[in-house]
Amino acid sequence: MNALQEKFPDEIKAILATYPTDRTGRRSAVMPLLYLAQRENGYVTKEAIGQIAEICEIGTTDVASLIGFYTLYHEEGSSKYHVQVCTDLPCALRGAEEFLKNICENLGIKVGDTTQDGKVTIEAVMCLAGCHHAPLFQVQSPDGIEYHEDQTVASALEVINTLRGG
Amino acid sequence: MAEHILLRHRDIPGLDQMTNYHQNGGFVALKKAVTSMDPDDVTNVVKDSGLRGRGGAGFPTGMKWSFIDGHNWPHYVVANADESEPGTFKDREIMEGNPYQFLEGVAICAYAVKATDAYIYLRGEFWQIAKKLDLCINAMENTGFLGDKLFGSNISIRLHTHLGAGAYIAGEESALLESLEGKLGQPRLRPPFPPAFGVYGKPTIVNNVETLTNVPMIISRGSAWFRSIGTEKSPGPKIFSLSGCINRPGNYELPLGTTFRELIFDHGRGIPGGHKLKAIMAAGASSSLIVANDQALNTPMDYESVPSLGAQLGSASVIIIDDSISIPWLINKTIHFFAHESCGKCTPCREGTYWMRHLAERISHGEATIQDVELLNDVAGQIKGKCLCALGEFSIEAPLSGIERFRLDFETTTARTNA
Repeated sequence: MNALQEKFPDEIKAILATYPTDRTGRRSAVMPLLYLAQRENGYVTKEAIGQIAEICEIGTTDVASLIGFYTLYHEEGSSKYHVQVCTDLPCALRGAEEFLKNICENLGIKVGDTTQDGKVTIEAVMCLAGCHHAPLFQVQSPDGIEYHEDQTVASALEVINTLRGG
Repeated sequence: MAEHILLRHRDIPGLDQMTNYHQNGGFVALKKAVTSMDPDDVTNVVKDSGLRGRGGAGFPTGMKWSFIDGHNWPHYVVANADESEPGTFKDREIMEGNPYQFLEGVAICAYAVKATDAYIYLRGEFWQIAKKLDLCINAMENTGFLGDKLFGSNISIRLHTHLGAGAYIAGEESALLESLEGKLGQPRLRPPFPPAFGVYGKPTIVNNVETLTNVPMIISRGSAWFRSIGTEKSPGPKIFSLSGCINRPGNYELPLGTTFRELIFDHGRGIPGGHKLKAIMAAGASSSLIVANDQALNTPMDYESVPSLGAQLGSASVIIIDDSISIPWLINKTIHFFAHESCGKCTPCREGTYWMRHLAERISHGEATIQDVELLNDVAGQIKGKCLCALGEFSIEAPLSGIERFRLDFETTTARTNA
């Protein structure tokens, strides 16, 4: 039993039970396990990469490459919260680029940067399937993702301030 | 349409509650299939209904089910809930508002292709929806609509949700299967296709959420009823996601074959701010640009008619562009999207989208000459027909059609640098 297994025994058991019990099936657990490992700090530690590799019986490089490939996994040192504003075409047609620009100006940071307290990173992301509720963003926190739709700059800043206070 | 078939929660509030769904005809189809029909009969009814895949390709669903390889076991069903095409937000509403009808459709599909386990692959952003589906699956297990010995038979059906983690390409079915296996979401070389070689190398049916949500009604009401909606070759209802420069953006469930004019002006209530309609993208960012003239507006939105405009219906994500929008700006947006989402596996797409992005950026910022526009046209032309999957092919639709059909916009943006 490695540290991740000791910390989340029931969760890991449930994840593994979702897939076939052979080695090919075991590898399917890697993505849910990465989410699990992110639960505490919002990023996957180097130790967790090794622990996940051990559980799934794959190499650490296989696990690490997934963190780079998929945008919802974060490397060690990343901020706890990610405010991700969709600026794809349908949202851009409804003012999303201006919306993001205004948020960043208010916070005194650039797109992709983290607030001075290190808590919230503001990012532009690809389509979130909420084009009819633009401008919108999602907040990725260690334990989940929440949508905030039909936003104004003021309402967005309120959400961001709450995150910074938390 | 008088009655919603897919977005039924709009007619029946609280349909996302198990008892409510059950009282309103829920699970009748699943029970009918498992207790009184052979799996092949189920497939045949779906075949007869003419239902075509709603994820974009429009492939006949029943035919796909009949391709499942009966010599290799076990079989799997995978529901594609990776909805990520810019402009598409229909599957999300189905799963939030009418989740049981979708899950019943997955279960019926599993019965028809003799699969015990079905996976629902949701994009990672649908975290809350996955939680909701987990609760629904639990409720179905507790009331005997999922699990072992369904309706007293020897049939077992289990559903599982699986979250992706932010990759458009994982919506491509073979990339989705790779991702489900815990690998990078990169497309496979095909053939073999999933009904022969799917997840874990086993025969797998991959269907879109909307496609599967049609199935319970087809089984309970019959294929003739389904064919009474829509057109002869594109039967049934379709959810059109309407977005962009439009007064009332949203999902509209309408018969296939409804005209662009009806969708945009009757349902969407036209263009805001006194602007005029300039272009339509019918299949999200993957669309070619349709010049919004009378002929286009009178065209029925179905799989056969939209190609007559040099475009595709795709997943029916209709993005409306008004006359304040510069097409060079627009193609810069779509190219940027595809360059970001290219998985990097095949060279034409990886390198092609990279170079297109550089050119489109310069063009849209007014820093390019007309020769750069020609170069962009050339690069896009060289990508065509050379990619491993549709992503690369989709990336060139907007630039090629934009340059061809909205030439004046490009001449205007490059005028200063040309001189």
